[in-house]
Amino acid sequence: MGYIAEGVVTALKLLVRGDPETYSAVFTTLRASSISILASLVIGIPLGFLLGYYNFPGKRQIRALVDTLLALPTVVVGLVVYALITRRGPLGGLGLLFTIPGISVAQTILILPIVISLTATAISNLDIRFKRTVMTLGADRRRTAITALYESRYGVLAAAVAAYGRAIGEVGVSMMIGGNIKWHTRTITTAIALETGKGQFAMGIALGLILLLLAFIINWILQIMKRKT
Amino acid sequence: MKRFLLTAFVFLFVGFLALCVLAPVTLFAKNPVLRMATTTSTDNTGLLDILAPVFQKDTGIELQWVAVGTGKALALGQNCDVDILMVHAPDAERKFVNDGFGVDRKEFMYNDFIIIGPKSDPARIAGKSVQEALTRIESSSAPFASRGDDSGTNKLEISLWKSSGFSIPDRESWYIQTGQGMIATIIIAEERDAYTLTDRGTYIKYEANKSGNPPLTILVEGDTSLLNQYSVIAINPERCPSAQYELAIQFVDWITSDKTQQLIGDFKLLGKQLFTPNAE
Repeated sequence: MGYIAEGVVTALKLLVRGDPETYSAVFTTLRASSISILASLVIGIPLGFLLGYYNFPGKRQIRALVDTLLALPTVVVGLVVYALITRRGPLGGLGLLFTIPGISVAQTILILPIVISLTATAISNLDIRFKRTVMTLGADRRRTAITALYESRYGVLAAAVAAYGRAIGEVGVSMMIGGNIKWHTRTITTAIALETGKGQFAMGIALGLILLLLAFIINWILQIMKRKT
Repeated sequence: MKRFLLTAFVFLFVGFLALCVLAPVTLFAKNPVLRMATTTSTDNTGLLDILAPVFQKDTGIELQWVAVGTGKALALGQNCDVDILMVHAPDAERKFVNDGFGVDRKEFMYNDFIIIGPKSDPARIAGKSVQEALTRIESSSAPFASRGDDSGTNKLEISLWKSSGFSIPDRESWYIQTGQGMIATIIIAEERDAYTLTDRGTYIKYEANKSGNPPLTILVEGDTSLLNQYSVIAINPERCPSAQYELAIQFVDWITSDKTQQLIGDFKLLGKQLFTPNAE
């Protein structure tokens, strides 16, 4: 119990006093996860739409594969991406290891299945009569597709929220690809792992609270956006 | 109005994301960067936090390090992912250099390993030799926490079991392989009332964390087999064209210089010296 109370106090102190190490970790976390969420939405929404909207042979198998990838462990993604971007690997020339873009590449792979799967679910859950109704109203095929995407916007938003949550909360990828380098690739979660490893449990809890606060602010903004529609 | 507000919010949010993405990468410094893989002890004790700013002031080079076990540090070096190593496993290091992965290996400081354990000392090893202590731990099945992660400390521990005439007690219920860093392993030993092998620097840091009154105490020390030598090794630029050999060699010269050696000797916690400089 002592550690938790101490953690709350430490969290407030870090935030109020503007501790540069903490803010650097917050910024690194936001930066890495923002790049990955943007990339995964750009790639994932169209793929999820295709998977949910159209019928084609093998659709169920692909769906099962995407849903399986939801269970991808972060360390496995980290390992595979490390094997690709190490200087001795096929993409070594890009110099991505121990950088924020490197973390983002791996996080994008990690959260892409969430975006694709939840978007596809949202689209396929639309009322069956929806297509016919829109077409009777005179919409062409393109227009119908766009309307379908618009009608399932809450589902897509939920996909984005879930994916963002996984990106800012994961530690395996950030540790393996980022390397937890102070001032550069130390995210909130790798800092928590470090502090815990050093036995500074209160500090770890403080950073955990700051991460939750960050997640709350982001979700709150999304809630406002949702209410305004 | 509603539509306007929504648009405004969406723009704000996307703008915020974009700001995070596009803000300049090098917010802090545009100096040349030397990347080092090092062991957990140099990082956990805070030594590198002291050395890095001085190195940057003296040479203009920014030192970035990843703290991993010596085994992984050597692997990162072998894969050309770093420019320099700071490690402590002399046999593995010599092999690394002989295999052509590293050049310019320089020994620059040492401390020693100690066996620590609960004050009650159930296996009665206090003041014994390493061989006697390990024999008593083995025969009384007293809990012993091992790093179990192929780090320098782990390599030495395994060689100590072997030189004391035992095989590695891999499957024994009293042998706890943590797979974690040094301080984490000490904390696990503390929770389980176990013995463990640690470098003295990390132990002093642990002592300081516990405000000078730790539950685990030093039981075996001073044995010649417990010397812990640290070295730096530059990554061979002929094998790894991406390795920044010029910067690495500057670091090697800097850390073996009289001034830095003095700095290492002056690094203290609780008034105790953690490392002894010994560059030639």
